[in-house]
Amino acid sequence: MPDGSVGQAVKRREDQRFLTGKGRYVDDLHRQGELAAVFVRSTHAHATVRNVDKSAAMQSPGVVAIFVGSDMEEDSIGSLPCGWTVTDRHGEPHKSPPHFPLIRDKVRYVGDHVAVVLAETLEQARDAAELVEVDYEELPANVSPAAAMGAPLLHEEAPDNLCYDWVLGEEEAINEAFSKAHHVTKVDLVNNRLIPNAMEPRAAIAEYDSGTEDYTLWSTSQNPHVLRLILSAFVTGIPETKLRIIAPDVGGGFGSKIYCYAEETVCLWACKRVGRPVRWTGDRSEAFLADAHGRDHVTHVELAMDEKGEFLGLKVDTTANMGAYLSNFASCVPTYLYATLLAGQYRTPVVYCNVKAVFTNTAPVDAYRGAGRPEATYVLERTIEVAARELGVDPAELRKRNFIQPDQFPYQTPVALTYDIGDYEASLNKAMSMIDHAGFAARKAEAKARGKLRGIGFSAYIEACGIAPSSVVGSLGAGVGLWESAQVRFNATGTVSVLTGSHAHGQGHETTFSQVVADTLGVPIENVEIVHGDTGQVPMGMGTYGSRSLAVGGSAIMRACGKVIDKGKKIAAHLLEASVEDIEFKDGNFTVAGTDKTKSMAEIAFTAYVPHNYPEDLEPGLDETAFYDPLNFTYPAGTHICEVEIDPETGVTEIVDWVAVDDFGKVINPMIVEGQVHGGIAQGMGQALLEHGVYDESGQLLTGSYMDYCMPRADDLPFFRVGLTETACTHNPLGVKGCGEAGAIAAPPAIINAVTDALGVLHMDMPATPEKVWRLAQQAAAAE
Amino acid sequence: MPTVTITVNGQQESREVEGRTLLVQFLREHLNLTGTHVGCDTSQCGACVVHLNGKSVKSCTLLAVQAEGGEVTTIEGLASGSQLHPMQEAFREHHGLQCGFCTPGMVMSAVDLLQKKANPSEQEIREWLEGNICRCTGYHNIVNAIQHAAQQGSGA
Repeated sequence: MPDGSVGQAVKRREDQRFLTGKGRYVDDLHRQGELAAVFVRSTHAHATVRNVDKSAAMQSPGVVAIFVGSDMEEDSIGSLPCGWTVTDRHGEPHKSPPHFPLIRDKVRYVGDHVAVVLAETLEQARDAAELVEVDYEELPANVSPAAAMGAPLLHEEAPDNLCYDWVLGEEEAINEAFSKAHHVTKVDLVNNRLIPNAMEPRAAIAEYDSGTEDYTLWSTSQNPHVLRLILSAFVTGIPETKLRIIAPDVGGGFGSKIYCYAEETVCLWACKRVGRPVRWTGDRSEAFLADAHGRDHVTHVELAMDEKGEFLGLKVDTTANMGAYLSNFASCVPTYLYATLLAGQYRTPVVYCNVKAVFTNTAPVDAYRGAGRPEATYVLERTIEVAARELGVDPAELRKRNFIQPDQFPYQTPVALTYDIGDYEASLNKAMSMIDHAGFAARKAEAKARGKLRGIGFSAYIEACGIAPSSVVGSLGAGVGLWESAQVRFNATGTVSVLTGSHAHGQGHETTFSQVVADTLGVPIENVEIVHGDTGQVPMGMGTYGSRSLAVGGSAIMRACGKVIDKGKKIAAHLLEASVEDIEFKDGNFTVAGTDKTKSMAEIAFTAYVPHNYPEDLEPGLDETAFYDPLNFTYPAGTHICEVEIDPETGVTEIVDWVAVDDFGKVINPMIVEGQVHGGIAQGMGQALLEHGVYDESGQLLTGSYMDYCMPRADDLPFFRVGLTETACTHNPLGVKGCGEAGAIAAPPAIINAVTDALGVLHMDMPATPEKVWRLAQQAAAAE
Repeated sequence: MPTVTITVNGQQESREVEGRTLLVQFLREHLNLTGTHVGCDTSQCGACVVHLNGKSVKSCTLLAVQAEGGEVTTIEGLASGSQLHPMQEAFREHHGLQCGFCTPGMVMSAVDLLQKKANPSEQEIREWLEGNICRCTGYHNIVNAIQHAAQQGSGA
């Protein structure tokens, strides 16, 4: 190996272009003759659309076309599908009402898509969109998940606005567990609605070539191949061979760019209809209204414990808000990515979870960084904290008492997952040591002398990542396989092109994947080029979400590298006049075992393309493709501890210290991993202290801009202290688990546990805004 | 339509624009300088920060005509040839960027901070960045990068 770069903090190869303004995002691109698209969006949360009068708008300068839902219907454009069918407690499939890119009869949330205006310039399209007159007949709206089942009906197909009523676990078993309880802790909590807010707004450019009948769609997608599959198979009928999707540099995703959205679908359809390229770039207001939101659960939880504080059973009752329509993967988030994580790091023998997913007049809700696992972790870690306080037990001690022990792996949880490996106490102990847990009482006293309330909060999380074994998700209702593919292609001059189905939108794959390939093949890292984000170049892929890129995409790359090495051995054996079995590959050289006869990887690659002296039965070329379907999920886990100080006079919560100790298995690039942890914590902190997507009763989004939706700013956050423990994943070739979502999963309960500790209350709902905190602080002061 | 003349990255540029054209549109659409980004519509995210006459401004909040006769520096004009500006170098060295979308605005803003104050405290850096939103990094490595640039005394 030239550098042995795996494990090193190699600086990112992608940074040069981003730092010099040479990143190429969708909105930076232009096509000859393009039209600008502007959407006419519903201003009502629930209404029948009686008429759309385009006449005035059509007269506006520069307008080329205005389309409504019936225009798409004429061309048989279908509904945006949900790709995961959840089977309810009665054995029935969930309700998945039609979700047309442009509405056909009713609008069901503010921001819903009524019409699209295409004009020569963006300004002209905007001006004309203002002139489209929509005749709405308003209907009563509902935004509350808790009230949804008694609310006015959104879809004929979904009685009681119920998408599904789903259960994991045995009711009899949980009742029996609770019958033995010495103490039952009960908590009612809300997991607040979040709006993802990747900094780059979504955008699309669609172009049709009437000569070849090829479509090209540039989209801000986390998974261009999945988008192609959905658009081709379910929505437009365009053959996959005729549809190329390019997701170039993409400015953050966090889940919100997984989905097939109305806007890009309309652009793709309209570009053929008008015979010109069509571009759309969302503005931030549109992102707030119409990007898929996250979380929005209402939950009642009960934890049964014996006299020693050992967990006997956990019972969880959740209502999950799906919004107005089922987004592509919405259904699996509060079920298979949520209830299956409710064992956490603990030996709880019985878990029972009931989830009712409901429709409301709000933006669709789908996976957002963590997706189900933050909600599960919040339920567990909040409840355990309350239990510790009720029992008068140290919260760390209560956790340790119930941790799955290192010698119990592989560990079959009562909620379907089999954890392969972990050491939870090691992470907790390291975190406690890093934060000087023993010194907390003194710090609290010192803070009190300054008039501040100091609190400490733990969060011991686990997540299921590397999504996911296809056979498992298939048996649970997924409509797709969740493998990843890679192509590793040596060029004759010894450089390596690596084509991956994973997609980077901030994660630094061009660096991490290059490190893996350089070390595995023994070539200089600068000779490796990572290609992603283009279905026209990368043969196949499933994309990036669920912390899967390295664990699944990286494993596919490893497998392709293995094939390259195997073929290289055959070429080397021929050149060195030895048998294949005697060829060893190490540090980029093929050597006849026990001799100094050797050929370098570069020589082998050259020979493969200039095969003058070559094995007769071997194809020329050194270009291998591999698919990798994971054998199990990976299970990153760890403990985060934070300390907060509250000013009781203002209610402002300051995070004064944060330690994160995570077990991600093997780490390829610690600099990138730490960066992922920082960003995840910031998003989790945003949920806990600042962010809340709020609709008023009529369904108007009150938090529709950065004026009202509070994003974490630099001065809301401290420096984070990141530590690692390591138990290598047992079932993928890299031993890696994934790190992208951990912070967002761990952070919210750590903060709320700290805030409630400081305030001396058992529970408060997120976000812990200064107003809420101030009221609780005043009540506490009055009670003293 | 009015004609505006602005010196951008040292080069004088004249274009006929609609009166309502924002400076950021002038840069992105008329000059194809797409390094300056638009991340919001309420002047808060700071992805569009450039320097106008040496000071950082949000180019989404100025009309192009307001910059008439002025000198604008964008992210594309910060490096000297292939030599990155010390602030760009610090962001690279300390992993101060992930998806890269907020990065041009962050860097331009940070350069102006060090022009105004050569050795800002951590808190001063964090407060200065109030007008620049990053969703990826948790700001940890951005603040770190700016601190290092300041320590080297060359980040402005």
